[in-house]
Amino acid sequence: MNDVKFNRFLISLNALIPLVLLGYDGWRGQLGANPIEFFLRTTGVMTLVFLLVTLAVTPLRKAFGWNGLIKYRRMLGLFAFFYGCLHLVTYSIFDKSLDLAAIGADIIQRPFIAIGMTAFFLLIPLAITSTNGWVKRLGGKNWAKLHKLTYVIAVLGVIHFWMIVKSDIFYPAMFGFVLAGLLIYRLVPKLKGKPQAGDVKKVPQS
Amino acid sequence: MAENHIKSSEITPESLYLNRRNFIRAGLLAGTGIATGLTYRYFNPPPLIVEPAAEIATVVEKPGLSTMETPNTFEEITNYNNFYEFSTRKGAVAGAAKDFVTRPWTVEVGGMVQKPRIFDIDELLKFDQEERIYRFRCVEAWSMVIPWIGFPLKKILDQVEPLGSAKYVAFETYYGGKSGNPDAKLPHGPNGMQSSFSAGIDFPYVEGLRLDEAMHPLTILATGLYGRQMPNQNGAPIRLIVPWKYGFKSIKSIVKITLKDAEPPTTWNIANSDEYGFYSNVNPEVDHPRWSQGSERRIGEVSMRPTLMFNGYADQVASLYSGMDLRKYF
Repeated sequence: MNDVKFNRFLISLNALIPLVLLGYDGWRGQLGANPIEFFLRTTGVMTLVFLLVTLAVTPLRKAFGWNGLIKYRRMLGLFAFFYGCLHLVTYSIFDKSLDLAAIGADIIQRPFIAIGMTAFFLLIPLAITSTNGWVKRLGGKNWAKLHKLTYVIAVLGVIHFWMIVKSDIFYPAMFGFVLAGLLIYRLVPKLKGKPQAGDVKKVPQS
Repeated sequence: MAENHIKSSEITPESLYLNRRNFIRAGLLAGTGIATGLTYRYFNPPPLIVEPAAEIATVVEKPGLSTMETPNTFEEITNYNNFYEFSTRKGAVAGAAKDFVTRPWTVEVGGMVQKPRIFDIDELLKFDQEERIYRFRCVEAWSMVIPWIGFPLKKILDQVEPLGSAKYVAFETYYGGKSGNPDAKLPHGPNGMQSSFSAGIDFPYVEGLRLDEAMHPLTILATGLYGRQMPNQNGAPIRLIVPWKYGFKSIKSIVKITLKDAEPPTTWNIANSDEYGFYSNVNPEVDHPRWSQGSERRIGEVSMRPTLMFNGYADQVASLYSGMDLRKYF
């Protein structure tokens, strides 16, 4: 196994540990009195965690010169999609009994559901185009442009989390804080007009 | 090969090199895996097992007001609590409240009454204790069936004799144990409770009822559940239960009851008046922006069940609200 393959395996193992522990706790009956709500909340939080980790790849590369990290960014994004799917499936089956009309009514009545749904549906094209074939088909530039949607998705995700909390906003605020940091990191050089990684044209070719 | 400067004995044999690499890889897998697992555990600690409190000696059976539905288990009732003074995480309240001291404890009853009084908790525990198995519906769209022990709130109100001008009853939860009244005896200090800032709502927690709601035979002051004294996390030593209203109306760990002529402020209404009204009757017709109130998850069940008007107590309480627009007075 070469290093890239091993690192992929290492990341996958760690990414699946929360799910394994969720399953194990569920099997032991240790998810508390409302296991479905617990599963729903935890998969939602994991979706946000992976969205933020995905967005942290570029700053980490630049700050520490860990350029190799880029090889794992798409799979980190796919784990966000994976936990997002679990989150939506749990809600659809256990909260809504797979009743599409009820889900539709919920989207209209409850703004935080509408925001969460929007975020999820924006993730779908990103997940589909995460293969090498699609990067080629779209061309690197277009692909990168499309995948800028990740910012929108992460912002919607944090708002979605913030809106379900009744009063103690600590955790959504933490996610919001980290996300704000990641966004500011990208905005500041742009505002200063400094060259960006990937901004090939602006980089002097000497 | 003879010209080679490196002696063949100094070259790491391939098998050893691979072994070392595999060793590092195994270490990475185990190390990061354990770190991830421990991080997960830190944020999702296992629930605390709660030892049941002392038994309440005599419980008077009064059939008729209890539901015939099967109650939730003691573990469910005592490990899934909204008690923001201790924690905003329902699974963490039991642990956070385990050192909550509830003696000495008095309940000050005053305001617009003929005979204001301070009741000692031991005095209140001598009232006839009845078992009331009630449905309990939280605004967060979950519900339970709970075998409370307690007595009608009316009993205490009758003793202090409300004035004719009294129209409302205000309640206050313990917070810090300070009271203007020198005869009130309460534990002082934070007593395990967190700051209002951490909880995101104002403390002390306050609630209120209209006087006719307070005098209703379904409305009780609960001193225990499952035949035992009230666990800390459920609102020890004494709390209100109004089964046809959302759970947050049933204020916990009461230290003060005040009769008033005007509608008293209520904590969740102060925090967010668009979402939580003064009445907060369980009503599947009036939706909340975050929780659909048309259905609920009974703890222990997998799928949702329909929510009943006034939480299934419409026959007993609907007349209290005749002629009122319940969409306006939600």
